[in-house]
Amino acid sequence: MKRSEILARCLVIIATLSVLVIPPAVRWFNNRQAVELHARIAETGGWTPESISAQAGTPLHLRLTSDDVIHGFAVGKLNGPAVDVEPGKVTSLTLNFDKPGKYTFYCTRWCGLNHWRMRGTIDVTGKGLVDPQPAPAPLYMTLNLDLDAPHPTAVIPVVKPSAVRGKELANAHPIIRYLIPDYYRSHSPAQVYLDLRADPSLTILKDPQVWDLVAYIWQQNTTPAELADGRQRFARNCAACHGETAAGNGVFADDLAQFDTLGTSGDNRPVDFTNPITMLGASPVLLQGKIIRGGMGTGMPMWGSIFSDDQIWSVISYLYSYHFEESIK
Amino acid sequence: MRYELTRFPLVKAVLKNRWPQLVVYTVMLSGFLLAIMDGLVGTPVGNQNYAIVFVWIAWWAILILAAVPFLGRGWCAVCPIPLPGEWLSHGAILAPRDGKKPWLNLRWPNRFRNIWSQNITFLLVALFSTVVLTTPLVSGGVLAAMLMVAIGTSLVFERRAFCRYLCPVGGFIGLYAQAAPLELRVKNRDRCVQCAGKPCYNGSAAGYGCPWQVFPPGLTRNTYCGLCMECLRTCPHDNIALNLRPFGADLEKPSRRMDEAFKAFIMLGAAMIYALVLLGTNGTLKSAAYSVGSLTWFGYAVGSLVFILSILPGFFWVSVRMGQLLSGSIDPMRHAFAAFATTLVPLGLMSWIAFSLSFVLTNATYILSSLSDPFGWGWNLFGTAGITWQPLLTTLVIPMQVLALVGGLLWSIRIAQKVSAETHITPLPVAIYATMATLTMLGLIL
Repeated sequence: MKRSEILARCLVIIATLSVLVIPPAVRWFNNRQAVELHARIAETGGWTPESISAQAGTPLHLRLTSDDVIHGFAVGKLNGPAVDVEPGKVTSLTLNFDKPGKYTFYCTRWCGLNHWRMRGTIDVTGKGLVDPQPAPAPLYMTLNLDLDAPHPTAVIPVVKPSAVRGKELANAHPIIRYLIPDYYRSHSPAQVYLDLRADPSLTILKDPQVWDLVAYIWQQNTTPAELADGRQRFARNCAACHGETAAGNGVFADDLAQFDTLGTSGDNRPVDFTNPITMLGASPVLLQGKIIRGGMGTGMPMWGSIFSDDQIWSVISYLYSYHFEESIK
Repeated sequence: MRYELTRFPLVKAVLKNRWPQLVVYTVMLSGFLLAIMDGLVGTPVGNQNYAIVFVWIAWWAILILAAVPFLGRGWCAVCPIPLPGEWLSHGAILAPRDGKKPWLNLRWPNRFRNIWSQNITFLLVALFSTVVLTTPLVSGGVLAAMLMVAIGTSLVFERRAFCRYLCPVGGFIGLYAQAAPLELRVKNRDRCVQCAGKPCYNGSAAGYGCPWQVFPPGLTRNTYCGLCMECLRTCPHDNIALNLRPFGADLEKPSRRMDEAFKAFIMLGAAMIYALVLLGTNGTLKSAAYSVGSLTWFGYAVGSLVFILSILPGFFWVSVRMGQLLSGSIDPMRHAFAAFATTLVPLGLMSWIAFSLSFVLTNATYILSSLSDPFGWGWNLFGTAGITWQPLLTTLVIPMQVLALVGGLLWSIRIAQKVSAETHITPLPVAIYATMATLTMLGLIL
């Protein structure tokens, strides 16, 4: 064989092999220390992989990419900001876990009807900070509530109750026992109203004034910061279905109304939080249970693995703000 | 009027020497294999995947806006697809090996020695194109399939049977190469008559016989000459020239072949359908074109085929027939139909240029981001991975498109006049047909 032919063959072989070998080798090298996490809309697979292992105290390096539309990434109960996961781009992220446990990561962008199904877990093992005592069971479980029971109220205010007016009334008519958190959380606003109405010390008050006291009790059990957090959390995580004004008319509402998440037809329109009949009949702890557990067969996801207790109470406080006039505490 | 480029020793030396061509081949083949691999294992996001961005945006732009109009089959001269099969068949990469015979080396069946197969392969790709052009995995699969078919064809049949008879791209490049200002021709046919052995066709120690199955002395049109330069190497009489010439010189000698006539209809119709589906705003139509295998897609496919293969040729047949009746011509209708179809070559080429300007300039910035991160694996090789998408030359696109289409119309009418001189059929009805086609295309694009 001529030398020129040998040279030509070497040129072609080296060039083509370089193309076929170098890119995968570089990728392998880049990914040695990192987990590559692919995002797709839930209908075509969600997160891949869905489950990641990590060690407490050891940084977890992630390379996030989307295979279709823009997604977001955040880890529940971990105080880190959500990051965008863009199609065809790679976002690097390092997570640090102090405590072992099972963490849930989820999509933070409204990527599709089943956006909320885009979840995965990070199983963190090893030695880390240990809580001095295990977390107590959520209040709704302690009270053994039936979360799915209807809870309409027969009593609703004629005018929107005002916490400011309620505060003035409370100065004249002390209602200290109604202000304690345990009472507030375990009673719906309608029950609070009925309790106040039945209180002999308040018989001189008219119905709207009693509702003002209910608003005052709500206000005393929240803070402006908590309401701001609840508003932001609702806008990011709940408004896709429940609507930006909480009226149950989010961008996915019509689709959810036609089909439930199991694929069968049925009316699963998201709850309208501006409806006083259902909202004033729901206690904070009932809402806590629904948020933690999810809708069980409806489109309502479970948030217990993502939101902390405080975050859930923030959202609940914010939801009541549609029925009570706010004021500066 | 011709200007011989090979009169310059440097040009001739570069074209005759196999090494410059091999270097280009190697780059092209590497890029092609990269596109296949990228399609198969890179990001499934089309606008960030090299297989989509480089093949269907960058390559297409170069091909339709520059290579075909100015170099004719210039792309075929550097196309990597037939190379592995050809090298395997020859048992060599550079010059022919002494005594080495190609593998089976069968003759391509006579029945299929035309471009009907290419018409079919192009239509097949066109019907699936919304998926092929946007889905890296499918795109990579199609490119890999083309490579495999080319290799298989080379091992079974003689010469570049794949390029000549099967390649879906080669068919239309050949059609539009007639309009290009570049040609390869013999300098003196009398010298060819006296040439013993005809090495330009049969090969010699200096090079292979024409891979495109063309007998160079018989070359009158660019359609089937792949500009591979083998005849330049093998001609013992220095009788091959690469010439510059006026645009559209081949079109003055209209083809009478029905397969080429239908290639012109297929290309013109496909440009219209692409403009309607890819540039238009009809979401239902886009969904139908994308939902391959669905009932709506079958509707889209059948509708497209009827439009391309029946409606466009049907109206054209009526136009030619009217011209025939008005002129009292006795030229057979079949001949007249095929001859006048030559007028659709500039019209179709300019329609494709107008269509391509829009989507190429809209998507060109993806080339920069894909260049730095061809697989969508988070690389930033040239610092351009994060570049944001923006359409280019937005104010100039429409004027350029109008200019291309109107220019194509005038060029077509001029060709129709020349065909008229040969067929003695008035060109008026065909000119009206070309005008209507241009107006349709303008309506679709604007």
